Amino acid sequence: MSYSEHARGVYQQQLNDILEAGLFKQERFIHSPQAADIDVEFPSGAEIKKVINICANNYLGLSSHPEVIKAAHEGLDKRGYGMSSVRFICGTQDIHRELEKVVTDFLGTEDTILFPSCMDANAGVFEAILTKDDIMISDRLVHASIVDGMRLCSAEHDTYKHGDMDHLEKKLQQFQDKRLRVIINDGVYSMDGDTAKLDEIVRLAETYDALVFVDESHASGFIGKTGRGTHEKCGVIGKLDIITTTFGKALGGASGGCVSGRREIVEMCRQRARPYLFSNAIAPVIISGVLKAFEILKRNTELRDKLEENARYWRKGLTEAGFILKKGETPIVPVMLFNAKLAQDFSRDLYGEGVYAIGFFFPVVAKGQARIRTQLSASHEKHHLDKALEAFIKIGKKYQILSKTEEEIVTKYGL
Amino acid sequence: MDEVKDVILEYVIEEYGGEDNDITYETPLISGGLVDSFSMVSLKRFLEIKYKISIPDEDASPEAFDSVNKIADLVRQYTS
Repeated sequence: MSYSEHARGVYQQQLNDILEAGLFKQERFIHSPQAADIDVEFPSGAEIKKVINICANNYLGLSSHPEVIKAAHEGLDKRGYGMSSVRFICGTQDIHRELEKVVTDFLGTEDTILFPSCMDANAGVFEAILTKDDIMISDRLVHASIVDGMRLCSAEHDTYKHGDMDHLEKKLQQFQDKRLRVIINDGVYSMDGDTAKLDEIVRLAETYDALVFVDESHASGFIGKTGRGTHEKCGVIGKLDIITTTFGKALGGASGGCVSGRREIVEMCRQRARPYLFSNAIAPVIISGVLKAFEILKRNTELRDKLEENARYWRKGLTEAGFILKKGETPIVPVMLFNAKLAQDFSRDLYGEGVYAIGFFFPVVAKGQARIRTQLSASHEKHHLDKALEAFIKIGKKYQILSKTEEEIVTKYGL
Repeated sequence: MDEVKDVILEYVIEEYGGEDNDITYETPLISGGLVDSFSMVSLKRFLEIKYKISIPDEDASPEAFDSVNKIADLVRQYTS
């Protein structure tokens, strides 16, 4: 069937609706490698502008690290560009299995299976290991990829209030008749920057015979004393049954993800997870870069320590300036503005001052909870943070929101 | 049937209400983003146990669960 005027009109109308609702996403073109300083073209066709990037997931600054780039080049030379195959036909190289062993060792699990992305890992894992006789009980703020994975699974699903252990316990009691119970969480919640109470969750899982699943995408490499993740911070290494994580953030920033955990669960994914079975093996160039990223992490904790210090400095500066922040200890620092338009205007003005940070609002976050989400990196130097802070204060003064309460900001700008 | 509505409203407020949520009989629960469709499972379970009924999955649609009034109508179908 041809692409008729009618079909074109249907899509044009939907796009117009998105535009009118203020939800149209426009991409900014970056003309440089990912880093603290980037060259950006925005809007399309505008003059390229040098800005400080304070919204990347480049937590450890490894995205353009010279050693990672060199390792990727070598991987390209030694193992080629692509595998032209899924893993189980002829797509598994020695370095794929090597990375799986490195990840297993790093996370303190029993085994690991690589996926093209953590989105794919989350989309595939539940369907591979659960049936209609099981129940998935998820925190209400888990990442969209987990929600999609649960939708693809025949097991029943229910939710518990974000971080509310009493509510979780009630749900676990309610579903004792199920074959298997799985408690599903993010390690670090990407919108608020808070962490799951994994010690309490593990205790409940032991009491009510449940498995624990944690997505560590915003934690692997830097949360915990040696960067193992939220389970290290909470003292429960070896007690999580399923961990998913990404290599697209702190661990090199390119792409790829994994399911790591109990041996049988990982093997079930190898046999049954559809995104694993039906998509290409991760390219050797990326595997080589990720292996180098882990090697750098194992040498010392220099990068995660610097990230922690940057986050502390940034939080302190914004708090002293009079901004309202979401409480937390992670490098995700949401600056609360509450009103969606204010968040958009604030982001635009920051860009004018040479600072790149994005506004988030409904439906990405709850209504009336609009914010600028800032993310720190080990690649930030003090001068980056000072300049960004100066810009935040200048724009904060312009909109008269410094040292104001939530009620005062909401009264002035609405929800 | 007002009692049914009150029981459901109390449950919904307890499960999904926050400090700022002013949930009424007509508040759109699912389409309003207050209740995610996954959480319907426990609501359905609650109703089935409370009223000793069985609601077939095909009737437990997001539309049928979209307000306290609609949920009460659904319960009424199976209790009458």
